[in-house]
Amino acid sequence: MITVSINGATRQFPQVISIAALVEEMGLTGKRIALERNGEIVPRGMFATRQLADGDRLEVVVAVGGG
Amino acid sequence: MNDNLIIAGKSYSSRLLVGTGKYKDFAETKAAIETSGAEIITIAIRRSNIGQNPNEPSLLEILPPSKYTLLPNTAGCYTADDAVRTLRLARELLDGHSLVKLEVLGDPQSLYPNVVETLAAAKTLVAEGFQVMVYTSDDPIIAKQLEDIGCVAIMPLASLIGSGMGILNPWNLQLIMERVQVPVIVDAGVGTASDAAIAMELGCDGVLMNTAIAAAQNPVLMAAAMKQAVEAGRSAYLAGRMPKKLYSASPSSPTAGIIASVRS
Repeated sequence: MITVSINGATRQFPQVISIAALVEEMGLTGKRIALERNGEIVPRGMFATRQLADGDRLEVVVAVGGG
Repeated sequence: MNDNLIIAGKSYSSRLLVGTGKYKDFAETKAAIETSGAEIITIAIRRSNIGQNPNEPSLLEILPPSKYTLLPNTAGCYTADDAVRTLRLARELLDGHSLVKLEVLGDPQSLYPNVVETLAAAKTLVAEGFQVMVYTSDDPIIAKQLEDIGCVAIMPLASLIGSGMGILNPWNLQLIMERVQVPVIVDAGVGTASDAAIAMELGCDGVLMNTAIAAAQNPVLMAAAMKQAVEAGRSAYLAGRMPKKLYSASPSSPTAGIIASVRS
């Protein structure tokens, strides 16, 4: 069991999963997003090879209207 | 006559830059922005839904990067660190795009810029290869320091963000324009078309606005008005206005050939 924080919400997974699997689970595959793990950007091209670790803090962002 | 706005080596025919916030829906956003003729549009970076709303429409589907120069901003950031993190995420989100709008705010009541944090963030971002268009106060000394750091455009407020109070200190804008070589773009405070025209008549290189269009009763019509105002103000600046005089004693019609009075 690992526990991670995603955009301030706590999520638990029965085992270690890749960031790509997490993105799939959130329904964001193929969407224009950017992801930061523990303050560091994870490039989209590395989602498949990077595994989540217990205690990770993730920020997932999109573009929205703003001035 | 080619009178394009050049920012970081790229040429734009419109001198009106617009934000994409505060519209009632994406259809209104798209209509207003198309009508404005703006080529550079600001966007914000915010947390995504994480599965609770999987079919949420995306802003970039109606305003595609292939059609507009997107200018990701750091609105809502109160520290240099948060602003830098936000723009690193924006660069990843937009496939390496480096042109950004830096704004670091001082407090949530006034949204006045924190120039100390802004200077620190600008240094880091320029060192990381970003092309930084920077929102700042109308302090000419700070504006020059931001240019010296390497910012590609200086964007002083005309009055507070979202206030619609217009050009409160044209003299400071002139002091900035005298000192700074890169484009000076009024960012924040424009309320209606005459404000935008005044900014351009002063010699500003462009105007960036959001609320003045989005919060109008008819945003699309106001977008058209702002486009015309920026063009009219720019033309008036280039044309060179006549000097102001209390009176001229020089009528516009000929003084010769006036018919005689019948009374004398």
